[in-house]
Amino acid sequence: MISYIIRRTIAAVILLLVVTAVTFGIFFLLPRLAGQTPDQLAAQYIGKNPSPEDIAAVKANLGLDKAVYEQYWDFIKGIVSGATYNLGPTTAKCEVPCFGYSFKNHTEVWPQLVDRLPVTASLAAGAAVLWLLSGVAAGVISALKPGSVFDRTAMGVALAGVSLPMFFTGQLALLVFSYQLDIFGRTYVPFTENPSQWANTLFLPWCSLALLYSAIYARLTRSGMLETMSEDFIRTARAKGLKERKVVLKHGLRAALTPIVTVFGMDIGLLLGGAVITESVFSLPGIGQYAVQAITDNDLPPILGVTLLAAFFVVLCNLVVDVLYATVDPRVRLS
Amino acid sequence: MAVVAAISSAGMLLAGCSKADDNGDNGGNGAGANAATKEVVNASTEKGGTVTYAMSDVPDSFDPGNTYYAYMYNFSRLYARPLLTFQPAPGEKGNEIVPDLAESKGQSSDGGKTWTYKIRKGVKFEDGTEVTSADVKYAVERSNFARDVLSLGPNYFAQFLDGADKYKGPYKDKSTKGISSIQTPDKYTITFKLSQPFADFDYLVTAPQTAPVPRAKDTGVDYTKKIVSSGSYKFESYQEGKSVTLVRNPEWDPKTDPLRKQYPDKIVVNLKVNQATIDKDLMAGTTTVDLAGRGVDTQTQAQLLNSEDQKANTDNTYGGRLVYAAINTKVKPFDNVECRKAVQYAIDKVAVQTAQGGPVRGDVATTVLPPDVIGYQKFDAYPTEGNKGDAAKAKEHLTACKQPNGFKTYIAARSDRQQEVDAATAIIDSLKKVGITAEMKQYPSGKYFTDYAGVPTFTEKQGIGIIMMQWGADWPTGYGFLNQILNGKAISQSGNTNLSQFNNAEVNKLLDEAIQNQDESARNAAYAEVDKKTMDEAVIVPLTYFKVLLYRSPNATNVVSSAAWSGQYDALNLGTTKK
Repeated sequence: MISYIIRRTIAAVILLLVVTAVTFGIFFLLPRLAGQTPDQLAAQYIGKNPSPEDIAAVKANLGLDKAVYEQYWDFIKGIVSGATYNLGPTTAKCEVPCFGYSFKNHTEVWPQLVDRLPVTASLAAGAAVLWLLSGVAAGVISALKPGSVFDRTAMGVALAGVSLPMFFTGQLALLVFSYQLDIFGRTYVPFTENPSQWANTLFLPWCSLALLYSAIYARLTRSGMLETMSEDFIRTARAKGLKERKVVLKHGLRAALTPIVTVFGMDIGLLLGGAVITESVFSLPGIGQYAVQAITDNDLPPILGVTLLAAFFVVLCNLVVDVLYATVDPRVRLS
Repeated sequence: MAVVAAISSAGMLLAGCSKADDNGDNGGNGAGANAATKEVVNASTEKGGTVTYAMSDVPDSFDPGNTYYAYMYNFSRLYARPLLTFQPAPGEKGNEIVPDLAESKGQSSDGGKTWTYKIRKGVKFEDGTEVTSADVKYAVERSNFARDVLSLGPNYFAQFLDGADKYKGPYKDKSTKGISSIQTPDKYTITFKLSQPFADFDYLVTAPQTAPVPRAKDTGVDYTKKIVSSGSYKFESYQEGKSVTLVRNPEWDPKTDPLRKQYPDKIVVNLKVNQATIDKDLMAGTTTVDLAGRGVDTQTQAQLLNSEDQKANTDNTYGGRLVYAAINTKVKPFDNVECRKAVQYAIDKVAVQTAQGGPVRGDVATTVLPPDVIGYQKFDAYPTEGNKGDAAKAKEHLTACKQPNGFKTYIAARSDRQQEVDAATAIIDSLKKVGITAEMKQYPSGKYFTDYAGVPTFTEKQGIGIIMMQWGADWPTGYGFLNQILNGKAISQSGNTNLSQFNNAEVNKLLDEAIQNQDESARNAAYAEVDKKTMDEAVIVPLTYFKVLLYRSPNATNVVSSAAWSGQYDALNLGTTKK
C-alpha cells in the first residue's frame, strides 16, 4: 500500500509539472508564436497610454524580457525554494511554496489561494453532502422500482438538473429566495464568524450546485444499481434469507458504489479548484472568483496558481478514491 | 480658509437641497428623477451609520498613487487629500475646482511654467504626524517615477516636470533630495517647475497622486494594504479583492478641511458582488452606493423605468464620455476625406442609440466634446433628418471620393462589450445602404489597445477602417478630453488612443498652444475650434454622449451626481439614514 502511494505521488508530481508547462505554454508561448511581443504583454499591466519607458520598466520588473523557458524555470524554482520580488523601496521574500505574484496588482498568489480556499471548500463540502444524499437515495429507490411514478419523476428532475445551467438555476434561486422572499443572505460570512449566517448564505449555492450534481449521481446510481441487482450474488444473498434492506445496502449499493466514488473524487477535486460559475453568481469570494478575475486581467501567475491547485486536488482526490476502492470493493487490491 | 468654506457652503446652497427622509423608507418617496444632478438630495448633517459600497469588479488599487479610475479618484479622497479637488456639487457645478490640502488654487508664474501651492497648516496623518510639502513631493515622485512597480496610474507629472527624464525615481535614487523641479522651500510650500507652460495644471493636481504619502511608511506595491490616511477616514481592514472597511480618522481636524464632514461612522466596500445583487441591495437599502458608478444592469433598468416610484430614485446622467467610431485615416480609401464624410452621412445614429439601449444609455452625439466637459459647444457638421442618416448625401460624397459603388472595409469592436458590438452591427447596416460593405472584427477588451485597435501597424495590415471607441477625459477640460485622441503627437505604436491616426498640423498646433494659454475663455474657444476642425476632417463619427442610469438609494444622504466623476455620486459627504 505504501509503495503504491509513493509511486502515485511521484506520478502526481510529474503530472502537475506537465500541467504547469501546458498552462504556461498556453498563456506565454502561444501568444508569442501568434506574434504578441513581450512589450504588448507588459502593456496590459500598465494604466492607459503607457510610454515606451513604462513598458520597458514593467517588462523588466515582471521578468517578461526573459526567454519563456527561463520564466517557467523561475516559476518552478519559486515553488520549491521561494523567490524575492521587488516592492519598490524594498524587496520581499515570497515564501515556499511561492506561486509568484500577480502581474496586475503585485500581490502574492499563494496567500490569496489559502485565504480563499475555505470559501470554496465550504461550498464544495455542503453541496457534496446534499448531492450525495439526494442523488444516491433517488438512484437507489428508482432502481428498485423501475418504471414507477417515483422513478419517472426522479429521473425527469435529474434530466432537468443536468440540463439547466448553473447561471440559470443560481440566478433563479437568488431571485426567488433572496431578492423576493429575502430568506437567504447574499454576503458570505465565514463559518468562524457566524456559523448560522454562513449556512444561510451558502444554502442557495449548495442547493443549486447539488441540483446539478445530484442529477448525475441519481442517474449513475440507478444504472449501477439496476445492473448490480440483477447479478447472481444478489440472488444468492436473497436466497440466504437476508433482509431486503441488507441486500440492497450492503450488497447491491456497495458494489454499485465504485463508479460513483470515482466520479465523486473527480468532482470534489474539480470543485475545490474553484466553482467558477457558482462563485460568480453568488458573489462568493472563493478560488473560482479569483480565477475569473485573473482571466479577465490576463494575469498569468494567479491563473497558473489556480490551475495548479485544481490539478493538485484532482490528483489527490483520485489517489484517495483509489485507496478507497479497496475498502468499498473487497475484490480490489492495491499493488 | 474661512472664505473657502463660505464659498463651498454657498455652492451647496446655490445648488439647492432636498431634505433627508426622516425614516429612510424605501418606497415611493424618491426625490425625483435626475434630482441629484440638480441639487443635493437628502441633505443632512446627521452623523452615524455605515455607508456600504459594492462593486462587481475590483479597483485597480486603493493606493492613491497607483490608480486610474474616476471612481477611485472620487473614493480615495476619503483617506487621501489631494492638493485640489472638485466641489461636491450636482451636475456640471461639480466640475469646479476647490482647494483641498492646499489653501488655494495654484499661483502660476513664468508664463504658466511654475505652479506654487501653499499647504494648510495642522493637517495630520492618522498617526498624528503633520503633513508637509515633502510628503506631497514624495507622493508625486513615487506615483510618477516608479512605473516598474506602481504602473497603474497616469504619469502626467513625469511628462510635464522639468528634468523628469534625468530623475530615476524615489526607489532607485536613494537620496532624499528627489526631483529638483519639485521644490519645497518650507514645510508648507510646494512649487512645480514644468518644462512648458501648462494651463490645466490645477486640474492635474486634483489627481490622488498629490495626496501626501510619508516616505518612512511607504511600502511600495504593498502600500495599498497599509495606507496612511490624511483624510477623514482611515483603513480599519483591507482584504485583498474582497472588502475594505474605513472608520473615522481621529486625527482629522474639521478646521483644516472645508469640504469633508465625516458623517457616517463607518464605510464598507464589498468587492466582486454580482451586479444584479448590487442592484437589489441598493433597492433594499443594504447597499448605499455602487462604487464603480457604471449604472444598473439591463434587467434592473427595465424595472426602474417601468415604475414611476422607482424612477424617482434614479439619476440618468452624462458619464463624461463619448461613444464614437474612429475612422482610420491610414487605411484606404479613408485617406480621402470625402469617403470619411460619406460615412458621417451614412450612419443612422438613432439606430446606433437604440442598439446601445436607447436614450437612457446616451443622447445622439454630433460633437467630439460631450456636453458635460468644459469647452463644449453645440454644432452639427453633418446634419441629417432626425439623425437617421442621409443615404443621398453619403452617395454624393462617395462619388466625390471616386467610390460611387461603395467599397469594402472592416470595423473593430470589443467582443466582450455587447453594446459596442450591437452599435457596430447598426453601423454595418447603415453603411450597407450606401454600398459600403463593412465586416466586423471582434477583439477582447483587455487587449484591445495593447494588441489590436491600439496598434497602428495591426489596424493598417488588417485593413480596419473603422474602430469602435468610448472615451472619457482624465480631467473635464477640452485638453483633458481631446489631446490623447486627436493630437498627432499622441499616436503610439501600442496602447494608442488616437485611433484615427489623425495628425493634422493645425489641430496639433491649436492643442499645443491652447494648453499654454493662461486665458481660460481663449483656451475653451480653441477646443471648440479643434472640435469643429476634427469634424470638418470627418475622422471621428460621434455616436452618443454616454449616459448612465444610477439608482439613488433613498437611505443615502447628501447625494450629488457630479460631472467631475463621470456622473458618479460624490463620495466625500455621503451619509446614511440607516443607523
